[in-house]
Amino acid sequence: MGGSFNSNHFVFLMMGAVWTLALTMLAFVSGGVLGFVVSLCRVSPLRALRLITAAYILLVQGTPLLVLIFLLYFGVSMAGFQVSPLLAADLALTVYSSAYLGEIWRGCIESVPREQWEAAECLPLTRTQRMRLVVLPQAYKIAAPPTAGFMVQIVKNSSLASVVGFVELTRAGQLVNNSIFQPFLVFLIVAVLYFAMCYPLSYWSRKFETRSGIYARVQPE
Amino acid sequence: MSPIIEINDVHKNFGHLKVLNGVSFDIERGEVVAVIGRSGSGKSTMLRSVNRLEKIDRGRLVVCGHVVSDPSVDLHQLRRDVGIVFQSFNLFPHLTVRENVALGPRVARKLGRAETAKISEAALARVNLLEKLDVYPEQLSGGQQQRVAIARSLAMEPQVMLFDEVTSALDPYLTGEVLGVMEDLARGGMTMLVVTHEMEFAKRVANSIIFMNEGRVWERGPGGMLDDPQTLELRQFVGKT
Repeated sequence: MGGSFNSNHFVFLMMGAVWTLALTMLAFVSGGVLGFVVSLCRVSPLRALRLITAAYILLVQGTPLLVLIFLLYFGVSMAGFQVSPLLAADLALTVYSSAYLGEIWRGCIESVPREQWEAAECLPLTRTQRMRLVVLPQAYKIAAPPTAGFMVQIVKNSSLASVVGFVELTRAGQLVNNSIFQPFLVFLIVAVLYFAMCYPLSYWSRKFETRSGIYARVQPE
Repeated sequence: MSPIIEINDVHKNFGHLKVLNGVSFDIERGEVVAVIGRSGSGKSTMLRSVNRLEKIDRGRLVVCGHVVSDPSVDLHQLRRDVGIVFQSFNLFPHLTVRENVALGPRVARKLGRAETAKISEAALARVNLLEKLDVYPEQLSGGQQQRVAIARSLAMEPQVMLFDEVTSALDPYLTGEVLGVMEDLARGGMTMLVVTHEMEFAKRVANSIIFMNEGRVWERGPGGMLDDPQTLELRQFVGKT
């Protein structure tokens, strides 16, 4: 068949990896912004906002990401809007990560002790000031490890974008393999590239978890 | 002049549990009142009702002219006038001592940088902690943390200060330094309502002592009342049988 694995194939795979990273970053940024709004709505004093976002999370978490991608690519095209594979994949990943990050961050906000809210309330800070100056800075530190952990999930799940023809790392692997038919070698390289992207995130996440005394930037004498 | 705190027939239930069962008493400006009683007698709930951390079910509560029992009370103004110090300190762990104390003046009182610094440093000087300005709470002893919490409250320049078992988490040595600061405040004319288990402090510093039992004011009197309890319950509480 089409010859053996050469440097052109490797460059093609690397390009795929770059697109995987790009898709992940896009999804993480837009999913993060939306997820932050979702998490704030989940702890809002307004019952309606809490219920709506709870339903949103339930709905998204109960739907396979693959189906979300199909829905946004084929479904929206049928409705008459031209959607590129990148846009469809990005939208699907955004929706997906906003629901999960929203729920992770809600947990982080709620794990800031109630006494902290109370102390801020008695100072007296307004609700927005309490959130911004007291609760979020503490929740942010609690949130770092699970957030880094979830980013690993986005990197890997971005491979599902291959089903709508978006050439990220997995799709690039399929294309190279179709031409030279060396599945073991090709997908081994693909796997190593995924690992190389995920490992720093896992490492970072673990480092956050094991670091103790996170508030002490100054050493006690 | 009318009392700075007026509590009149206040009731509060947690589900079926009657926590406050008709509490009534007044506190005059500049008075220091210690509240003692067994756990579950309602003293903490009463204290927390004064700045509306707990909503009462029935009765009338007026603090510094704010009708706390009225649902439309201005909470912001009420809490600017009434400071509270908690058993578990509740300092903000992500902020330094200076930032903890400055947060109220800067954000709630909207003061400028220079004035905020002046007020926070004066408050920290009153609790003898000026040398700890730039450390984080976790680097301080419990007694120091509680003194920072007192300074944080003082920096709001409140008219009344509430103390909710502020030494219960401290060993006797650290308890002493916190009580010392509170005694200075009392001598400086601060109106204080102090829920405490420190009988000696109550006797020495308070103008009057309130003994609470079953969600009511059971006895009220000067420090000497602990040596001459009128009721069986207070006699049992102070261990004179």
